Amino acid sequence: MYGKINTESLNELRSLIRDEKRLLTGPADRYSYSYDASFGQFLPDVVIQPESATEIAGILKWANRHRIPVYPRGQASGLSGGCLPVKGGVVLDLSAMDKKLEVDAEDLVAVVSPGVLTARIHQAAEAAGLMYPPDPSSAAVSTIGGNLAENSGGPRGLKYGVTKDYVLGLEVVTPQGEIIRTGGRTVKNVTGYDLTRLIVGSEGTLGVITEAILRLIPKPPASATLMAVFDDLVDSGKAISRVLASGILPSKMEIMDQASMEAVEAYRPSGLPLDAEAILLIEVDGHPAAVQEEIRQAGEICRNLGARSVQIPETSEEAQKLWQIRKLVSPAIARIKPTKIAEDATVPRSQIPAMFARLKEIREKYRLHLVVFGHAGDGNLHPNIICDERNKEEMQRAAQAVREIFEAAVSLGGTLSGEHGIGLMKSPFMEMELGPVGLDMMRRIKEAWDPNQILNPGKIFPEPGQRWVLET
Amino acid sequence: MSKPSLLETAHEKTLSCVQCGYCLPVCPTYRTTGRETHSPRGRLNLVKMAAEGKLPLAELAEPIDLCLGCRACETACPTGVEYGRIHAAASHALSEVKRESARTRAVRKRLLASLLPFPGRLRRAGHLLWAYQSLGFQSLARRLNLLRLLPGNLGQWEAVLPTVPSPRDRKLPRFLPPRAPKRTGKAPEKRARVGFLHGCIMEVLFHRVNRLSMELLSHCGYEVVLLQGQTCCGALHAHTGEVEMAVRLAKQNILAAEQGGVDWVVSNAGGCGAHLKEYPLLFAAEPDWEERAKAFAAKVRDISQLLDEAEEQPAAKPMREVITYQPSCHMSHVQKVTEAPRKLLRRIPGITFREMAYAEHCCGSAGVYNLLHFEESMRILDLKMESVRDTKAAIIVTTNPGCQLQLQMGIHRAGLDSSVRVLHLVELLAEAWGIKEA
Repeated sequence: MYGKINTESLNELRSLIRDEKRLLTGPADRYSYSYDASFGQFLPDVVIQPESATEIAGILKWANRHRIPVYPRGQASGLSGGCLPVKGGVVLDLSAMDKKLEVDAEDLVAVVSPGVLTARIHQAAEAAGLMYPPDPSSAAVSTIGGNLAENSGGPRGLKYGVTKDYVLGLEVVTPQGEIIRTGGRTVKNVTGYDLTRLIVGSEGTLGVITEAILRLIPKPPASATLMAVFDDLVDSGKAISRVLASGILPSKMEIMDQASMEAVEAYRPSGLPLDAEAILLIEVDGHPAAVQEEIRQAGEICRNLGARSVQIPETSEEAQKLWQIRKLVSPAIARIKPTKIAEDATVPRSQIPAMFARLKEIREKYRLHLVVFGHAGDGNLHPNIICDERNKEEMQRAAQAVREIFEAAVSLGGTLSGEHGIGLMKSPFMEMELGPVGLDMMRRIKEAWDPNQILNPGKIFPEPGQRWVLET
Repeated sequence: MSKPSLLETAHEKTLSCVQCGYCLPVCPTYRTTGRETHSPRGRLNLVKMAAEGKLPLAELAEPIDLCLGCRACETACPTGVEYGRIHAAASHALSEVKRESARTRAVRKRLLASLLPFPGRLRRAGHLLWAYQSLGFQSLARRLNLLRLLPGNLGQWEAVLPTVPSPRDRKLPRFLPPRAPKRTGKAPEKRARVGFLHGCIMEVLFHRVNRLSMELLSHCGYEVVLLQGQTCCGALHAHTGEVEMAVRLAKQNILAAEQGGVDWVVSNAGGCGAHLKEYPLLFAAEPDWEERAKAFAAKVRDISQLLDEAEEQPAAKPMREVITYQPSCHMSHVQKVTEAPRKLLRRIPGITFREMAYAEHCCGSAGVYNLLHFEESMRILDLKMESVRDTKAAIIVTTNPGCQLQLQMGIHRAGLDSSVRVLHLVELLAEAWGIKEA
């Protein structure tokens, strides 16, 4: 179906890139763009570090002429294999397109290039007294382009929503190499289909984002944090539901179970209660007086539901330390064993205790290191299976456990993926959630935009007979 | 493709990398090249690929050579990947198969093998340098533009070398008694006895810093002995794969400390201190020496730690200066000493201490990296100088001789010779505390 890159087409490609140094074909370079933070590995034929939308348009037209697949990539911190060059071809490394970062305090927007790191947008917004709420834990390494493509979430999703809620407009290179603009600089905009929302979260299958106009909000003047320690995981789940039902909307509400605490302690000893089953971290933000009252109330609810202790750090530095710890959990848990299957199945808030109970059962049934942490408040949990790829028998159990986790989430009215994306890892389970027609409608959109299947093939949509990556 | 056996243990260690990318923002070469190939995550993957026989070992040469070995990635890594050891194993494996460049061979032979391990030769090199600088040869050479005849980039380094004192003035005392200021009226009950290591290059180029270090320790109430029989720490040898020599030098220093009967072994060079702390790694095959190395390593402290912890410090006079601090990478990431120097600096009255952006990024000195990879090193240095310039600091404080020379070069390249000074932490403290070389 796809063509092979030959000397002639490679030379043609070279003529499109102004600077030879930005086109990489050496083996070491190709291997260096063959992975992301999930566990697949696929070797691209060429890596290009484009500088402009025009250059990318040229590359995509070339790719359509020669039927060569193209994969947009940020800094490859994704957990679902979204940027992996599964069918060979060209990786577009957009991390170097990081020059534009303009904050407009009057329009309350930021205009950014795709390679800008999410953390830089946080800083620039804060310097203007504003906030860009989406805060994936990998914000210090992830690019905004990657966040947009995957529709990233993060702890603040609970109160503020996710990436898609903060995108007003985009510049996009279509799979056939045309440059279009979607949306604009206004919060309200109903002119035609909402292509902005279609592109955000399309995982690089419908276009290459080359610029984004992001919505900013005023930075809340105060915040307060608490840490509640629970001897029973399911109790902590009940505390989450109760706090949310009490009229308080925390800005963050995160859970870490015993195994995640052990992993972070091994990296940076912080005095976490390792004998407890779970801790909850809760942050509220807003007016200083309201913040004090709300955090006190939340603490009381936790105590009434069996929290062993509730701590409220006195300084913002101490609070920051707790949140730093939380950011490290995802990678740190791999200290236990080398292969980390990071899931992000998400359930409605009311079903959080039920989901915890199901996860406990799955862990015992399959005798696996199933670590649970995540954005408890919005039902976006991160059940992670920590295993060893080289142990085939264990991988079989892991595969069954993954399927059961998805089934549990969907049967509780939830979804396969809250924020990591489907990518390569979850495509075999798409039909379970969407049904055949639902999935087919999505496929038709893909075909209309990308008739030659040039852009990021092998993602989202399962291929006939495709099984889960680690299943043999 | 056969699997290179030298990489077997390294391969096992690469498996703890989950490729999260948290190391990317702290890697100086990733910043300058913009390529994953020159990032910690990229290099780990390449070592893994080579160990699995998927990639020829030779493909690793450039990415492994261009790594500074600063080990900032180890501090950033949430899963505890032992990058330093993986990198060392890869360098070693490469040295078995590839031909060295003339520049590398020269540095290895002339500097590492024939000069640094020999205190006598180092002393004579110091004499020569003094003679060159003081007897008119320097100005003559500069006038006649003879420096361009020097190999590689040595001519450029000549311009930033510190002025070396005469042989008569280059002597360290064998012993200094504790001389705590008597503010409290009572002497501490037990004086810690510290053994001072003067280093190799440090003593030739920065004798003054050594002299002041001993004075400062003494003024902070320590009994200071110059360890007899000491030699170069061997860090550069260990990092460039000269394992035998590294082991020999380590043994000599361990002996010197044992015979000195000291409570602490103190170094004023961040890089050397880091290697001294890692001596036990050299003796995996010699259990008895491994034990002695562990006992030795447990006593190693950076001078900033001892000064910071001292019960009594000399009174400081106010200094109206804006300063910034360039931490030594191995002091931060191997010794894990990051706060002591900053605390000492902040305690100086009147001083304005501004952290520079990317402070944790290496300055590009990195052992002999700036000799072996001059151009790459200067690219890294020029970015560093932009950060320095933004702080508007008049003094850059460092804690390692290599960094001190490199930053001197940076100031020179940035045209800041007349407005910015580089000082070792010890020199700045001596200035503030009013302590002279005596």
